[in-house]
Amino acid sequence: MTTNRGSKREISLVVNGERRTVRAYPMERLLDVLREQLSLTGTKEGCGEGECGACSVLLDGELVDSCLIPVAQAEGAQILTIEGVAENSRSNALGEAFLECGGAQCGICTPGMIVAAVHLLDRSSAPTREDIREALSGNLCRCTGYLQILEAVAEAARRTAAR
Amino acid sequence: MSGSQTEHIVGSSTPRKEGRDKVRGRARYIDDLSFPNMLYGATVRSRIPRGNIKSIQFGAGIAWDEFVVVSAKDIPGKNYIALMENDQPCLAESTVNHPEEAILLLAHSDRHRLPEAVKAISIEYEPLRAVFTIEDSERKDPIIWKADNTFKSFLIEKGNVDSVWAQADYIVEGEYSTGAQEQLYIETNGVIAQFDRDRGITVWGSLQCPYYVHKALMTLCGLPEHKVRVVQTETGGAFGGKEEYPSMIAAHASLLAMKSGRPVKIIYDRGEDMAATTKRHPSRTRHRTAVSKEGKILGGEIELVIDGGAYLTLSPVVLSRATIHAGGPYYWPHVRIRTKAVATNAPPHGAFRGFGAPQALFAMERHMDRIARTVGVSPVEIRRSNFLRPGQTTTTEQVIDEPIDLGNLLDRALKLADYDGKRERFAKENQSGPQKKGVGIAAFLHGAGFTGSGERYLNSVVGVEGSADGGVRILVSSTEFGQGTNTVLCQIAAEALGLPYEEVTIARPDTMEVPNSGPTVASRTAMVVGKLVASAALGLKQTLVAAGMLKEAYTAEEFGAACRSYVSAHGSLRSFARYESPEGIFWDDQKYRGEAYAAFAWAIYVAEVAVDLATYSARVEDFVALQEIGRVMNPVLARGQILGGVAQGIGFALYEKVEWHDGRMANSQMTNYIIPTAADVPPIRVFFDELGNRHGAFGAKGIGELPMDGPAPAIVNAIEDALGIPFDTVPLLPESIFEGVVASRANQTDSLAGVR
Repeated sequence: MTTNRGSKREISLVVNGERRTVRAYPMERLLDVLREQLSLTGTKEGCGEGECGACSVLLDGELVDSCLIPVAQAEGAQILTIEGVAENSRSNALGEAFLECGGAQCGICTPGMIVAAVHLLDRSSAPTREDIREALSGNLCRCTGYLQILEAVAEAARRTAAR
Repeated sequence: MSGSQTEHIVGSSTPRKEGRDKVRGRARYIDDLSFPNMLYGATVRSRIPRGNIKSIQFGAGIAWDEFVVVSAKDIPGKNYIALMENDQPCLAESTVNHPEEAILLLAHSDRHRLPEAVKAISIEYEPLRAVFTIEDSERKDPIIWKADNTFKSFLIEKGNVDSVWAQADYIVEGEYSTGAQEQLYIETNGVIAQFDRDRGITVWGSLQCPYYVHKALMTLCGLPEHKVRVVQTETGGAFGGKEEYPSMIAAHASLLAMKSGRPVKIIYDRGEDMAATTKRHPSRTRHRTAVSKEGKILGGEIELVIDGGAYLTLSPVVLSRATIHAGGPYYWPHVRIRTKAVATNAPPHGAFRGFGAPQALFAMERHMDRIARTVGVSPVEIRRSNFLRPGQTTTTEQVIDEPIDLGNLLDRALKLADYDGKRERFAKENQSGPQKKGVGIAAFLHGAGFTGSGERYLNSVVGVEGSADGGVRILVSSTEFGQGTNTVLCQIAAEALGLPYEEVTIARPDTMEVPNSGPTVASRTAMVVGKLVASAALGLKQTLVAAGMLKEAYTAEEFGAACRSYVSAHGSLRSFARYESPEGIFWDDQKYRGEAYAAFAWAIYVAEVAVDLATYSARVEDFVALQEIGRVMNPVLARGQILGGVAQGIGFALYEKVEWHDGRMANSQMTNYIIPTAADVPPIRVFFDELGNRHGAFGAKGIGELPMDGPAPAIVNAIEDALGIPFDTVPLLPESIFEGVVASRANQTDSLAGVR
């Protein structure tokens, strides 16, 4: 994708609760703006074409691949990245469950997985195994064979529901 | 107290050492690092498979004076990637031998400027005829590598196979092939290189083997050992795909850094990573087996060929492992195994989890089902009556000296899978409806560590350090890339010293800091490096005891205090251990005879597969993976290795097809090269058996590669069970299943016509 067409302009967005203004080409990928201009490197690039979900973030509460979002489209939006979700208790429960259940191996897909799982648990406090499988099917992992990730999300859901 | 309180560390699921950083998004991978004044690098690659370079034109419309440009002429040392044969150039000078071969390098401070600059360079070639398949290469028309297109060949002769054919009740023949497979780690290859006249070259990168890169850069840059430094950054998956290739990308970044005097980062995008870097070797295996009417293997010939791509790289070592695993876990009184690795004009094929064994074992395990059908016994009985037993010898005449009972392992797996119940049920259910179900078995073994004399040549060294803060730190070049190196090695040191797991840390692999504990490959880390870590850890304790600072029995606090006192008195506290080959190990590299591996892991996998005759797609519905691995060091991590390996094996069997167009991967995208998603993975039920292993730390054997070997044959055997049609090639996509079904119907119609 050619992302440096047109001229740079100021674009303002709310990232992890903070208003940020960047100078960027309108078609620059949200992924690059987050990583390069805002130093939020927890969001990863896996494929650059919306297949792998490593770059998952929440945009106004919706789960999106930030490699497919031109930054101009995110103007004024609320963006939540792994650094932002890592601060809430649901994500802490997910992180701990990932550690205990073996949900993270090489770790490169993990931030995207956790963002996708937060998105699921925000909507459904007691998801079934099928709900979890469905919610994470847009996030590719090459290490785990997924089962320990699904178990971790189920475990985190159980713990947060018990509170 | 040393001992009792901590015996549970090895064998318990201690949390992954670097896990917390990973789940919070704080782990720093190579593309997360940025240096002041840094340039970005890009690679100009060959668009043809083979030819002579006639001219290179830098097109108009690009401010070329803003770019750093590097060609083969800029290489200060030797223009090859030092590995085995040294036949692979770092940058092609006058000829290219595969698509995507690197010719020129560019760097610019704005990475957005690079794609159009790469596109603006036009290279004129004089094309030469090329070869793209094993068969073309064997015909030697044309010859593209040395005298005969052959990188390496092996011959194993056990007994006298020529004597068996006359006694055979059946002679069973089969030909089996496997395709290329992309490792598809989710983090692509990437490095940053920095050059300084005094300190030399430093490379940070996503890689498995820092000392491979170190050796390659010394040769390429013409620098002494101490002026090359290689640091592994957090690595987002590797699977063998970052064993040898990182030397190439590190070499490219180093050349740009040396020419520009600025740090240079190269990160491949997915398309470049898939098209230009290594994949699993495609293979073709032929079996011809003499069998008695009871189903006993009397002897046989196995002929295996792998496609190595354009340069030798690691193909001889991959071939070696394929050769030794070709006979599977069976007793062959007489066998001849002939193997070779041949050249084609594709990017070099390389290391990928399993390293030749998945190819050889796919053939062996499909062939066992063919033998069973020919003889008229069940897939279970054919295996049971031919399993290797303690006291018998493998194809290399290695005596099985551990009490492995494969018959028992098989029985346990069949019970766990409800094999008999399923076969009975499916026989009824398959009579109606579009869905046909089947069950398939794979029995296999995987040798841990380097082959034969390999570990002796590696001569690995590890260090353990007592630090000024009282903690213990492991110094190894063994790398973490998801499989659990950091965690398991820390468990081993903690257990050996009787310290809490939290007191032990591991240094980041950096050739300035850590000794060469060998490459992180061949399922050797827990077993071989782990044993050295235990021994170096004990050396540390002995030093403290000998210095009178520690009693034989101690608490963690006393140990910490002793470390602090020693360091303040002597400056540092370090203990090193070097590999010593066990006594009585014999290996003949010429005849390929002797003790091929210090240990074998053993496994029985059972797959249940449903084939939908409306869509011709096959789906794994249940999977039992039972293996004997010596000792389970960390149950959560061990299970994770098996689950991940089985998922990759399902991909190898049913989904992952590289489309080759004249030596180039045409589907180098995640959208059209399909790996399993969360929706494709069945329940995978993992079970272990533990016999221990005197050559491994606390009884460990290798585990990382094993689960890649079994799924493909178990799945294809299940498909034959479901449809009654033998398929002998993977990946097996719906179109191939469709063709097989159509051909089988046509055959049935023909034979009916004949009867009439």
